[in-house]
Amino acid sequence: MAKIITVTSGKGGVGKTTSAASLGAGLAKAGKKTVVIDFDVGLRNLDLVMGCERRVVFDFVNVIQDDIRVQQALIKDKRLDNLFILPASQTRDKDALDRDGVGRVLDELKQDFDYIVCDSPAGIEKGALMALYFADEAIVVANPEVSSVRDSDRIIGILNSRSKRAEEGREPVKQHLLLTRYDPDRVEQGDMLKTDDVLEILAIPLLGVIPQDKIVLTASNVGTPVVLEDSSIAGQAYQDAVQRLLGHDVPMRFIEPRKTNWFSRLLRRSA
Amino acid sequence: MRLFEYFLGNRPRTADAAKDRLKLIVVRDRAATGEGPDFLPMLQKDLIEVVRRYVDIDDDKVQVDVDRKDNLSMLEVNIELPGRFGPNS
Repeated sequence: MAKIITVTSGKGGVGKTTSAASLGAGLAKAGKKTVVIDFDVGLRNLDLVMGCERRVVFDFVNVIQDDIRVQQALIKDKRLDNLFILPASQTRDKDALDRDGVGRVLDELKQDFDYIVCDSPAGIEKGALMALYFADEAIVVANPEVSSVRDSDRIIGILNSRSKRAEEGREPVKQHLLLTRYDPDRVEQGDMLKTDDVLEILAIPLLGVIPQDKIVLTASNVGTPVVLEDSSIAGQAYQDAVQRLLGHDVPMRFIEPRKTNWFSRLLRRSA
Repeated sequence: MRLFEYFLGNRPRTADAAKDRLKLIVVRDRAATGEGPDFLPMLQKDLIEVVRRYVDIDDDKVQVDVDRKDNLSMLEVNIELPGRFGPNS
């Protein structure tokens, strides 16, 4: 039976889609049959980040409203046999996802997959609530920055009160914090919240810290999930996060400033 | 100027301000929305630790709950001890 994992954040632009794509691809690479679903109706981008935008024929809304079978809408990834994408609709209205319909599609996918990763839209409106409603686990993506942390706290509250698990009084949604765009140099200078500061405020377990890395932009330019960029630090940090999601104990990496000589450090500090 | 501050070591650490401001606003947000990552799991963990200093108990023997009614909340703490304690034992 599949596990439903929702990637959410409240605030936009913190790396939800990037993270959903990478965690999905990482789980598939680890041998788990995985589908990543884009819940951002009207503003779909998961297809682009995962490099399958030209192969979209049917979408999530077609499956719910138009008698299209979910297998017809799934796009199989070209790099990983275990990886599938269910794109969001680009044109329909935001109310196209109703709870019964979404539940039906998820139930069907549960039969076939090990992991269902839901990429939530930003905000706390209907689309975001729908993406988290059915979650077994949630990955809260945050940047070490005041507005993102504040919004993360809101979304954690919503997970605790508005999920199906909360409504039914079952075991709560298991939550994980994924801190992205982390800059160890700025943390050391005292200009960026450090991991422990964010953990102290949000008080949910840490899944991973993804360092600021130029590869995130270049990988999205060509439609490759960052996690598949083996030589990059962000890619390796995502690989570590996937291992932790699978229950393995992996030490945190890339959270200390990179070792440099005193001269370049001085230059960087005074820049 | 920055270089100067670096050597003097008095550059303001803005991350501390961020953390202090966040701590305050998050508490206010939680109170205002009635949602929020409940402090209950943390309280539960702390209680278990304290009780364990005296009695050997399992994690699931400490239950913490908040009962909300109109405009008052009640904290309910239930700790089950192993065996029987007290003057009659």
